[in-house]
Amino acid sequence: MGVLRSLIIKEIRQFRRNPFMPKLVVMFPIAIVLVMPWITTMDVKDVSVGIVDYDGSDVSHKIISRIDASEYLELNSIYQDYPSALEDMEDGRVDAILEIPDGFGRSILSKPEKLSVWSNGVNSLKGSLGSQYLMQTVMQCLKDIRSSKGLQIPEGLIETTNLYNPTMDYKHFMIPALMIMLLVMIGGFLPALNLVSEKELGTIEQINVTPVNRFVFTLSKLIPFWIICFIDLGLCMTLALLVYGLPVAGSVWAIFLAAALFIIVMSSVGVMIANLSDTMQQTMFIMLFVVLSFILISGLMTPVESMPEWAQKVTWFLPPTYIIKIFRIVYLKGASVAELWTDYAALAGFAVLFCILAAMTYKKRG
Amino acid sequence: MISVRNLTKQFGDFKAVDNISFDVAKGEIFGFLGANGAGKTTAIRILCGLSKATSGSGTIAGCDIMSQSEEIKKNIGYMCQKFSLYEDLTVLENMELYGGIYGLTAKEIAARSEAMLKELDFGEHRNDLVGSIPTGWRQKLAFTVANLHRPKVIFLDEPTGGVDPLTRRQFWAMIRRTASEGTTVFVTTHYMDEAEHCDRVSVMVDGKIMALDTPSALIEKYGASSMDEVFRSIARNAVRNE
Amino acid sequence: MNRFLYFVKKESLHILRDTRTILVVIGIPIVLTLLFGFAISTDVNNVNVAVCAPHKTVSIIETVESLQHNTLFTFKGYIPQNEIDATLRSGKAGAVLVFDEDYDRILAGTAGSGEKAVQIVLDGSNPTVSASAGVYLSAILNSIWGDSSQMDMIENHILYNPQMKSSYNFVPGILGLIFILVCAMMTSVSIVREKEMGTMEVLLVSPVKPIWIIIAKMIPYFVLSCINLASILLLAKFALGVPMTGSMAAIILISVIYIILALGFGLLVSTIAKKQVVALLISGMVLMLPIMMFSGMLFPTENLPVILRPFTYIVPARWYIDAIRKLMIEGLAFKGVLLEIGILTAMTISILRVALAKFNDRLE
Repeated sequence: MGVLRSLIIKEIRQFRRNPFMPKLVVMFPIAIVLVMPWITTMDVKDVSVGIVDYDGSDVSHKIISRIDASEYLELNSIYQDYPSALEDMEDGRVDAILEIPDGFGRSILSKPEKLSVWSNGVNSLKGSLGSQYLMQTVMQCLKDIRSSKGLQIPEGLIETTNLYNPTMDYKHFMIPALMIMLLVMIGGFLPALNLVSEKELGTIEQINVTPVNRFVFTLSKLIPFWIICFIDLGLCMTLALLVYGLPVAGSVWAIFLAAALFIIVMSSVGVMIANLSDTMQQTMFIMLFVVLSFILISGLMTPVESMPEWAQKVTWFLPPTYIIKIFRIVYLKGASVAELWTDYAALAGFAVLFCILAAMTYKKRG
Repeated sequence: MISVRNLTKQFGDFKAVDNISFDVAKGEIFGFLGANGAGKTTAIRILCGLSKATSGSGTIAGCDIMSQSEEIKKNIGYMCQKFSLYEDLTVLENMELYGGIYGLTAKEIAARSEAMLKELDFGEHRNDLVGSIPTGWRQKLAFTVANLHRPKVIFLDEPTGGVDPLTRRQFWAMIRRTASEGTTVFVTTHYMDEAEHCDRVSVMVDGKIMALDTPSALIEKYGASSMDEVFRSIARNAVRNE
Repeated sequence: MNRFLYFVKKESLHILRDTRTILVVIGIPIVLTLLFGFAISTDVNNVNVAVCAPHKTVSIIETVESLQHNTLFTFKGYIPQNEIDATLRSGKAGAVLVFDEDYDRILAGTAGSGEKAVQIVLDGSNPTVSASAGVYLSAILNSIWGDSSQMDMIENHILYNPQMKSSYNFVPGILGLIFILVCAMMTSVSIVREKEMGTMEVLLVSPVKPIWIIIAKMIPYFVLSCINLASILLLAKFALGVPMTGSMAAIILISVIYIILALGFGLLVSTIAKKQVVALLISGMVLMLPIMMFSGMLFPTENLPVILRPFTYIVPARWYIDAIRKLMIEGLAFKGVLLEIGILTAMTISILRVALAKFNDRLE
């Protein structure tokens, strides 16, 4: 083990002397927790509404003030006619347009004229949810107006309850998943680049003629990054608690166990790619390609349930799927390892599989 | 110490090393000469266990080169053609690393590196980054590091490439001192004047060993005045010469 | 000029010999486009729903049946009361409809007032999914109960992207990302690699002017980018069915400006970085990440907190992606993107000036 110790000391010394790396591993978790959640938000808020009021009655004014007061909607401006509102939508200033036809107010108790809603489908989530919010707000308003004028309206029969994320904060949903980016970057990318840079500089030749086992050599590259990974993960979790008041609902150890398994997977993938590549450019691009597609398809940014059946099946074969699920469920809903044992087992299986693949790609002698 | 029989390395149709055989005794300085592309580096890589021979047999320090490459690695030192100490580690840190790799204790490392730095007269630079020291010193340092664990055989692949004449003389003095302590030195070079420092030399042309003897015997045999002339008359018929 | 062509040839050979990288570089945009187009979507298209009903009355079964016909929901079966939490916690369902024991009587109006007929319990961990699920589930229940009179009062239209396909949104983003990847990242790494290996010195002492060496390095990447541009545009048009009614000339013009800008970035990074890893990390962190985050590719820019918003204005990709989106999806004419073209041209010129100045500095 003296050999491993010497090699690790060497890695730590090189790491400390690198002008960039120490800064990166400190800045990265901070950026992940403090900046990224604000950006990676899919919250549909502040839907900007333009109103074309051909009516100008009491009723239309009530609708306008109701929209203005709504939590999700933001009244942009009131237009004289539809074309000028459309122009603003083209420029992206307005997400949805409500048109109140002439005579709407007078007809509300009898057979009303139709209202029209136009929404900008370019951002389709905002378009669909935004127009739903707008329609609900308008309908609620109409309901109130009608009942105040003596019409019999049935009571609301539905009660909606949200569990697990009481503040309904999208950031809380993203933070656990974003921590996975950290594991990918520091557990996978950096060791792979480190390994291939020794190849490129030729220093690996000198190591190859020593009795050092390639496994020990690779391990000496991985261990420092594993330690950094865990420290950074702890830092992320502390920051998430302090800044966003987001504690781990489940057990912290459940998070670390999943992280440990996933780091083994990512490190093995990195080592495998580095073993198969000759240059840093190759390593980087293959790694980027693999990781980018893995992460995009595994539900880090987008809901897995919304994907077509075949794509959902594909995610079963991708390790990030399981860690993203575990992190989110343990973090937000507090499930235990026992409840998620299938996901842990899948991760462990991938860890073993990729370790074997990484070992198979070693070339001792050409 | 080194014994090789019928060693061949083939890449497709191309025989980089073609059926070579030779023996090297303990404490001998063995010069392995040849033009670029003659197969020197391939041969040395096989002997060091970096590459596997296609056929043939051999032993180094009593270990079989085909099956015991890991065992061999414990008994050899190697200095690569391309400078390959870590440039972002200091002189002392490189020594600590390689000492540790060969299983020396911290005490042994400290004692040996002190002694070697003193011998090199390089003590004041022990904490300088290797990347910042000049080429001549780097080569001497690389040799020292390769010799740190007192290997039985030390392989030097073009150790004096790009080094000024004065440093080259110092370098050969180091080699001779090491050999006199009982270490076998296996050195490739294409500086023919250096060949005259060797106990015996072999000349490799197109993957084959065309001549093998002491420098003076070769000069006599080819009726030449120097090793340079010997080499030119042997290599005249080379096909592969980049 | 002849010497210059030799350099271009040398660079092209470097790239062509490395088949793996070539495959990746040409493959990434295609895979990304197809992934975004057919696999992933930021929309909420499907929510798994479980139902908890103490008494399975005929009306409840009918309600659940009509729910099953709705494409937005996948029915995951009936569950007992005590499994609601476990079902949501494990992610088996995103919403549970809990029917009241007195469901029929409440609907008939014979139960006491204030009773709720249905409780919708949502997994709120993803607020967007749960908001959509809540809104749509209530709308469906209301229409089942015949309370559709009000829905009829509003006509809903969706402009520009009537099928509500989010893939349209990604195409411009992918373009913006790929060009940075190929031009900035690959060129900077390949220049720094020559510096690291010492081969740059050899090239620089040749009689060819240093700037031509750099230009020669960039030409193959420029060509690769054009291939990527073509493949993405073709895929977008024929595989994804993006309308592309806007000016094609404008799309190509602005893409070329942006590619040159990205090459300028590559040169700039290569003058700063001494090691390949550093070049990679700088282009990754400083160029790629902001594009993914600030350009509205995945996450709408209007969601950004106000303090970060000004930051998007200095990210060139944002202007590029905006322009492409206008041209491709909204079908605007050339004059609709003059502002973006102007800004990108100005950015390109300043980046090139800084990069060249730094490059010449290094030489002296």
